[in-house]
Amino acid sequence: MISMRSVIEASYFIAAILFIFGLKRMSSPVTARGGIIWAGAGMVVATLVTFLYPGMGNYPLMMTAIFIGGVAAWVSGKKVAMTDMPQMIALYNGMGGGAAAAIAAVELLGGEDHGLVFGTLAVLGGMIGAVSFSGSLIAFAKLQGIMRRNFRFSGQQVLNLLLLAATVATAAYIVLAHGDVNIVVIFFLLALVLGVTMTVPIGGADMPVVISLYNALTGLAVAFEGFVLQNAAMIIAGTVVGAAGSLLTQLMAKAMNRSLANVLFSGFGEEDGQASEVSGSMKPIEAADVAVMMAFANKVLIIPGYGMAVAQAQHKVWELTQLLKSRGVDVKFAIHPVAGRMPGHMNVLLAEAGVPYDIIYDEDEINPEFPTADVALIIGANDVVNPAARNDTSSPIYGMPILNADYAKNVIVIKRGQGTGFSGIENALFFLDHTRMLYGDGQAMASELITEVKSL
Amino acid sequence: MIDGFIALYIFMLAAFVGYEVIGRVPSILHTPLMSGSNFIHGIVLVGAMVALGRADTTLELAIGFVGVFLGAGNAVGGYVVTERMLEMFKSSKEKDS
Repeated sequence: MISMRSVIEASYFIAAILFIFGLKRMSSPVTARGGIIWAGAGMVVATLVTFLYPGMGNYPLMMTAIFIGGVAAWVSGKKVAMTDMPQMIALYNGMGGGAAAAIAAVELLGGEDHGLVFGTLAVLGGMIGAVSFSGSLIAFAKLQGIMRRNFRFSGQQVLNLLLLAATVATAAYIVLAHGDVNIVVIFFLLALVLGVTMTVPIGGADMPVVISLYNALTGLAVAFEGFVLQNAAMIIAGTVVGAAGSLLTQLMAKAMNRSLANVLFSGFGEEDGQASEVSGSMKPIEAADVAVMMAFANKVLIIPGYGMAVAQAQHKVWELTQLLKSRGVDVKFAIHPVAGRMPGHMNVLLAEAGVPYDIIYDEDEINPEFPTADVALIIGANDVVNPAARNDTSSPIYGMPILNADYAKNVIVIKRGQGTGFSGIENALFFLDHTRMLYGDGQAMASELITEVKSL
Repeated sequence: MIDGFIALYIFMLAAFVGYEVIGRVPSILHTPLMSGSNFIHGIVLVGAMVALGRADTTLELAIGFVGVFLGAGNAVGGYVVTERMLEMFKSSKEKDS
């Protein structure tokens, strides 16, 4: 007779395997769709088998909580627009952190002696989970536009450090002296406040890196609570996410030419780097002329930015692409790692419009092709094509990897007006002799280009 | 029981797996992958269920309830948004499938 315990352990083992293979499949575009389904199956197995756990009660309450949480998340997840994806991920991640903190709280309040090692893991996981919870909620509020200001004041880092020290001290007290309910409550409040004060000074543009960091932290918190509960599935899944998330955070920070410390401890552009003055003028062009230029080109590279997504122009841009391709023009999309609001976000937005991923290229792959391109069409992108990043040492974005759009024979920029990008830096590319500005809304201009190309 | 050094071994090996699996991922997949790993730590739901299942006092029950609610939100929400994003990744060879 197989014991219930072995059935549960075996199911967790299968779930862990499904998670790892699911994640593996998710790291290639060809198999990615299957990957999430594998991981999903693992989650269902693990959740169902947990109902069989020995010594448990409160099932009605449990099912109610799962039902409410599940339905709320299902509805919001189905409804959210692709452009708002980053903040939804932040929100769900925060929920995970909160759940880890809740586990720690129940364990610490239960009065059971966990010993030094597991007691430490319980409070550590609780602290990280609570920080990730409140921090992610702030990240959500910032990206959603609920919180627009970045609260910065002198001595902020000292305050954060003091908070951290106070939280750790309370944690140590709980582990060593088994503090009562009040101490545990104070501990969690401190950790929650720390998450808030750590996140409020960080600007919206840096949020993706922060979300990714909190994602990794939540994974770690889950792993720690897994040790406390002696749950192998939680340990493995949490640790895998903690490690993968840390690497992903590093990759993102690198793509934005920022170190993690830089993101966390200083605001963007605070150094007030005085960029060199840009001379010359921006030269406007009509849609009809752009249409002719592209229709008779050999190679056109399209550089979309977040502005394109805001204008909901990706469908029209794809229509234009198909039209040009049917005329024999070689059209490719060039994506900067930070196009959109986080690395890979732009690819998702293009995929939504139906653009196949094999004509979408990374910065490294596409940059050598710009000198042979007849037209570089820039829609709603700005800082990621600013040549100042390459040659102006005084510019705040100097050193950031950019798309070398200025090497193309002709550069067309679709832009609403003459303003600067989020960094507030003038873009030297717009003033070049072979650059023309097509002023207008991204979607309207793309439609106009389609009409003009069709009429040729 | 998962104890002492065995726990440490599991931790070390799992960390290595996580690092290696992501190692050569193209940047086009960063967002879905972050979302996917966000879903995977939704396994916290399982722990929250155990915590709630063993809770006795009203305070523990309340915290456990919130934990399960949050865990379920993490797992379900993470799955839905990841699936929605990945569903759209198509190559030009598999049109309108």
